[in-house]
Amino acid sequence: MNSLPVEIVEGGAEPLEPPDAIEGRSPWQLAWARLRRDRLALACLIVIALIVIVALAAPLVAWLTGHGPNEEFQTTGLTPDGLPRPPSRAFLFGTDDLGRDVLVRVVYGARISLLSGVLASSVAVALGVVVGLVGGYFGGLVDTLLARLMDVVLSFPFLLFAIALVSITGPGLWVSIFVIAFFSWASVGRVVRGQTLSLREREYVEAARSLGAGDLRIMFVDILPNLVAQVIVYLTLLIPSAVVFEATLSFLGLGVVPPAATWGNMLSESLGYYRVAWWFVLFPGAALLITTLAFNLLGDSVRDAFDPRGDRLFRR
Amino acid sequence: MLSFLLRRIVLGVAVLWAITTVVFIMFFVAPTHVAQTIAGRQATPETVALVSHRLGLDRPILTQYLHYLWRLLHGDLGYSYYNSTPVTTLIGQRVSVTFSLAVGAAVLWLLIGVGSGVVSAVRPRTLADRAVTVSALFFYSMPVFLLGLVLLYFLFYRLTLAGVDLFPGSGYVPLTQDPVSWAQHLALPWLSLALVTAATYTRLTRGAMLDVLGEDYIRTARSKGMRERRVTYRHALRSALTPTVTQLGIDLGTVLGGAIITENVFGLPGLGALAVQSVVQQDQPVIIGTVILASAFIVGASIVVDIVYAVLDPRVRAH
Amino acid sequence: MSAAPQGDVLLRATGVVKHFAVGARRLLPGGGHSVQALDGVSLEVRRGETLGLVGETGCGKSTLARCLMRLYDLTAGRVEFGGEDISLLSRRQLRPYRQRMQLIFQDPFGSLNPRRRIGSIIGDPFAIHGVADGQDRMRRVQELMELVGLNAEHFNRFPSEFSGGQRQRIGIARALALRPELVICDEPVSALDVSIQAQIVNLLADLQGELNLTYVFIAHDLSVVRHVSDRIAVMYLGKIVEVAEAEELFARPRHPYTAALLSALPVADPDLADSRRRILLTGDVPSPIDPPSGCRFHPRCPKARAECALTEPPLEPRLGDDGTHLTACHFPVAVGEDLATAGAEGGA
Repeated sequence: MNSLPVEIVEGGAEPLEPPDAIEGRSPWQLAWARLRRDRLALACLIVIALIVIVALAAPLVAWLTGHGPNEEFQTTGLTPDGLPRPPSRAFLFGTDDLGRDVLVRVVYGARISLLSGVLASSVAVALGVVVGLVGGYFGGLVDTLLARLMDVVLSFPFLLFAIALVSITGPGLWVSIFVIAFFSWASVGRVVRGQTLSLREREYVEAARSLGAGDLRIMFVDILPNLVAQVIVYLTLLIPSAVVFEATLSFLGLGVVPPAATWGNMLSESLGYYRVAWWFVLFPGAALLITTLAFNLLGDSVRDAFDPRGDRLFRR
Repeated sequence: MLSFLLRRIVLGVAVLWAITTVVFIMFFVAPTHVAQTIAGRQATPETVALVSHRLGLDRPILTQYLHYLWRLLHGDLGYSYYNSTPVTTLIGQRVSVTFSLAVGAAVLWLLIGVGSGVVSAVRPRTLADRAVTVSALFFYSMPVFLLGLVLLYFLFYRLTLAGVDLFPGSGYVPLTQDPVSWAQHLALPWLSLALVTAATYTRLTRGAMLDVLGEDYIRTARSKGMRERRVTYRHALRSALTPTVTQLGIDLGTVLGGAIITENVFGLPGLGALAVQSVVQQDQPVIIGTVILASAFIVGASIVVDIVYAVLDPRVRAH
Repeated sequence: MSAAPQGDVLLRATGVVKHFAVGARRLLPGGGHSVQALDGVSLEVRRGETLGLVGETGCGKSTLARCLMRLYDLTAGRVEFGGEDISLLSRRQLRPYRQRMQLIFQDPFGSLNPRRRIGSIIGDPFAIHGVADGQDRMRRVQELMELVGLNAEHFNRFPSEFSGGQRQRIGIARALALRPELVICDEPVSALDVSIQAQIVNLLADLQGELNLTYVFIAHDLSVVRHVSDRIAVMYLGKIVEVAEAEELFARPRHPYTAALLSALPVADPDLADSRRRILLTGDVPSPIDPPSGCRFHPRCPKARAECALTEPPLEPRLGDDGTHLTACHFPVAVGEDLATAGAEGGA
């Protein structure tokens, strides 16, 4: 092979290395930097952090107020007519229909909501990613089967099915988490599958094959990193829907049942008392709403941090 | 086009079959004490066995399964364990309620969702836009039962206290009996369901329209003097059509199967209420019937959506 | 220009056929069309040489590259590497060969995973084949980076932080990691600015000398290929139409297609340019799904006769050329023949 006569073009060509002033940052660091500058996202993170702290400190709150979450205060907690008492110094959030401290129950309810929300979403996402990745990458029969499976799962009327399932197994926290995860993974899987289908046609995947890389390596080293951004956004948006799902199940008496406190069953109990005890509706309701709102807004901001060109609810 | 249609229907039937099988497995392979429950706590083992036999619960599972499939194909959903009425009758009684709820809410959420999305898209970053996006997010984050409770409190309780007896707190009146009362009873349920669902359509419409409105060919149309309104409606809104149709299919399919929460909060005797009641009573034929019906609605809705797609976009048909 | 090295044959393709199925797949075989990307390609690559491969877009160059690399399965034919038949080997069996033959891609933006640091990308071959890890791998990666002219301190950066030319260097470094014997360069400079093309071509030339590499250099630009190749093969619609040593091809093109390509090359001297007559080919390149009968070039050929539509011309020496100059044409171009007027006289 011969060199080309290049005297003419050598000068003025591109520099051989990028100027050191620009320090290389990974897509992660860039996203994080963008997120940090977003005040709304920071506010949401703080709110979520507060909720987590409060949930963790539930026993502390119980100790401070002197009221356990399931303790019924028949005299101090109920009016002479047997109705709940409004917020006062003794009961900051008032009492419920059985004279229990609403504040303490809301705080304990946060534990259940957060636990089921985060756990169920994580399981759903993990499962969805694996199925979507395997199906999308291998294609063919495997993909067809898995895609059909996801179609079937997505065609289930989930609430109805949850009800049906719980009618057999009985209500409980773990049943709820299982049900939520079971009905959430397929939508993640579908999205991941679609992404994988297009990613596997990229030239760097071909390059990896030409180097002799095996399928497993390509899936996890080359394709998965390109999915992670989307997956994280999905996770952040799946958590609030899982929280709502759990609350809904509890509301119907299918999730966590009384006397244990969750926001859902508290609201269910409040259905008969909303005329006389607005605080019974307000505080669990507000807690639920704020948690969901914070995660939704955060998810929006996270999505924007990874891809600023996308549509945002609140554009700067 | 016909082959496409055929394929979709076959697929839908297959999915439905899979669901019915799963339902069957859930109920007939898992331990059940239906016979016991029906016979009553005091019943002797002989009575329980008798009840069990009468309900056909003592036959081998495979026989029960085939029997079950056979009857399904004939539209026979069996008889309620409790009052021996055919399940189809029970469902028939409730369908109009759920239908009224679903259709009414759908009309509302389309109007609110798409409407606010349009408003938001044509005046981006103004106060109107902010207001719309904030409320969309607000309602999107709210569970239906919470919104229902809040509406009950303000629009029912408070209003009634103030002497304005506009919205009843619960119950249902058939359309044929008294249209005004029918609407009054459904107003709050419609509102709770619609406001929460509309939020998704707001985001969808806004997003799709903003994408289109920023494109070059829109700028060209404008520079040629096309009127703003025409630009908005003809081009931008049309781009929101496809995702809206998809979403509508999903939502409508789900709600038709029984808006369980809404019916529960507002005391509407619809399919959802039937489902919950049957679970509490462990009335399996009814549970199975409602689940299959709801699945059929969802599958049916997705088929309709696919067909609408194929009509709107010829490329899909060529597949 | 050096004399073509007379080394042993490193890579041999015999009658390679590659068809892609397109259109709706029916349940029963026999339905659907296929793209006949390659239809019986035979060539040899000798150790130490650079074989240039030119042709228009769609002639099958990239497909051939991937068939030679066995990234595709062959529909028919044989590929031998280092004397061993690799045509039917499975992916697992091909793994050891991956260390010996490598591919450089055309697109510097697509061929590197944007989410991975380049140190990791270049280190891939070491990881995949278990050759080195940890500090040892890092050291070797840095050596490679210096070899291709990159600053070794930048191994932790992402591809997006580099220019096109630098990314191509990264791709080259990755390809050379395990010291392959054969490197197939699939249009390595087509996507780069002209000023950068020269740098990369020179880099490849230097590396060939340093590392005793054999190249297959694919391009659509004859002028680039001319300087770098010892021998050149010209492809048209899935077939090789002419093979010759570089200068021989330029001096005495035998195939009308080659002649047309050469006549289209820009010439620096304006007077000379004016006095030349461009050979204009009529029509467009036919679809590879339904190629013309006989000689595939005949619908556009200014010299085509009836025979050309009937029988395919074999690839063999013509008009007294020696064994190194092969042409697939019934009526090859003689020296001094003016094809620009041949068309006016009426062809096919």
